[in-house]
Amino acid sequence: MYLKNLALVHFKNYEQAELEFSPRINCFVGDNGVGKTNLLDAIHYLSLTKSFFNPIDSQNIRHGEEFFVIQGDVEKDGETENLYCACRKGRKKQFKKNRKEYERLADHIGYMPVVMISPADSALITEGSDQRRKFMDSVISQYDRVYLDNLMRYNRALTQRNILLKQMSVQRQTDHAAIDLWDKQMIPLAAFIYQTRVKFIRDLMPLFREYYAMISGNEEEVELRYESQLHEEGMDELLRERREKDLAVQYTTGGVHKDDLWLGLGEHPMKRTGSQGQQKTFLVALKLAKFGFIYQVSGNLPILLLDDIFDKFDKNRVKQIIRLVSEKEFGQIFITDTNLEHLEGILKEIPADYRIFTINDTIRLISQ
Amino acid sequence: MHQYSSKLLDEAVREFSKLPGIGKKTALRLVLYLLRQDEEEVTRFGESMIRLRKEIKHCRECNNISDTDICEICANPRRDRHIVCVVESIRDVISIENTQQYNGLYHVLGGIISPMDGVGPGDLETGKLEEKIKQGAVKEMILALSTTMEGDTTNFYLYRKFHNYDIEISILARGVSFGDELEYADEITLGRSIINRQPFRGDISR
Ligand SMILES: [Zn+2]
Repeated sequence: MYLKNLALVHFKNYEQAELEFSPRINCFVGDNGVGKTNLLDAIHYLSLTKSFFNPIDSQNIRHGEEFFVIQGDVEKDGETENLYCACRKGRKKQFKKNRKEYERLADHIGYMPVVMISPADSALITEGSDQRRKFMDSVISQYDRVYLDNLMRYNRALTQRNILLKQMSVQRQTDHAAIDLWDKQMIPLAAFIYQTRVKFIRDLMPLFREYYAMISGNEEEVELRYESQLHEEGMDELLRERREKDLAVQYTTGGVHKDDLWLGLGEHPMKRTGSQGQQKTFLVALKLAKFGFIYQVSGNLPILLLDDIFDKFDKNRVKQIIRLVSEKEFGQIFITDTNLEHLEGILKEIPADYRIFTINDTIRLISQ
Repeated sequence: MHQYSSKLLDEAVREFSKLPGIGKKTALRLVLYLLRQDEEEVTRFGESMIRLRKEIKHCRECNNISDTDICEICANPRRDRHIVCVVESIRDVISIENTQQYNGLYHVLGGIISPMDGVGPGDLETGKLEEKIKQGAVKEMILALSTTMEGDTTNFYLYRKFHNYDIEISILARGVSFGDELEYADEITLGRSIINRQPFRGDISR
């Protein structure tokens, strides 16, 4: 599966753009701020119906315009299918496959998986647990629709339960039976989410270690550990034991929405002990493991988006990564970079087919 | 503050734009259209809205919207009075009637449990249903609420309220897609899911 072409109208900084892609390696080269990353984001839209960076669709409309359109043809199993995503200010986003609109956006997830590796990934190490839950959820959801559906239902029930707790505090009246109704809904959903996450991390681990060793070229032990209150007790007990506390603080303090992923180097947390190079390698390996994992379970080769990741790596490591992803087990790849000579030098040494587009005021295909 | 040359026009536009799916521009177009019509025509339009709101009734038996105290469905002697299908609103009654696969009665709750919309269990219209069940007039209660979290929670609430009575509690058979509203399900699918309804089990949520 690969993206044959991309057409944009009024998307982010682009007034209009049309590009034809190679099924293997595509590079967008230009100075910072010319909008290379926006092209990756457009591909992200076609895959996951939303931006990687900005969840508010209307803010991705080019300044001063009323709408944006992203369109692309996907070659899949010998057939060409058309994806269309449009957003007009003040209207609901439209997403179509072969001119037919999806009833639910979630139904498209998994059709054309992508994995984005970007400098923003560092949030996985530096930021709060929500980033790491989002990582787990985004991988699992790309191949398991039941998981996505159960997760959305869990979050919905959680929101309703929290509102209920607040209302009861304002009205100074506790209706335990009304809370029970939501607890009863959340218990089986939490158990399902927990079990799926346990299995996911177990299966991801070997891939992650393998990629880390390949990129770093050494034997450091890297660690991913799934942390959950549900290791200790079931969701029903958690909710029951924390009922009084929940009422006092007016939100739900126990459940899979508190899960985390511990990232470590040996027995030490990555956040504190990892050098910048180790952290970057860790993140790239984690994202490549995500790639390998989605491929393993879905049989669908994801599109790999590499956004400006060579910035802080030394030349050898960059070569290592590009060589790795140009091998057969990877499919279509999009790379953004600022240094044309540097990138072209590496690409010439590998056997895979590639195209380079330079981005400044216009987009030009310069080599293939 | 008014936008247009006339305060009356301004007011009418504002009222129209309160309707779902109607923006300011569309509201203005509709109001200007009405202005071009005969006075009698517009009077009829306005009066029908006023009468609708003032004179419409809720069926005393099932809470469905009706012109009479007892709605046509409840008044129909050929309907099976032992089966009651519980729905959220009249739109669901219309959808299910369109399938022509159901010959029992309905009960319209007038909402589903949703704290974020300010709807709690006490806000649901269940009095008459409870009365009928206590009298032993109901053999089967079919739960036909949306498959959203709120619909499921309401199902569970009704199950807990009534499961100790001597009635069967069943639920529409669910297809592959989740989260669909009854309103959007096509007639054949919906008809099939009524015929293939399954016993509702309160100990699992789906
Ligand atoms: Zn009636």
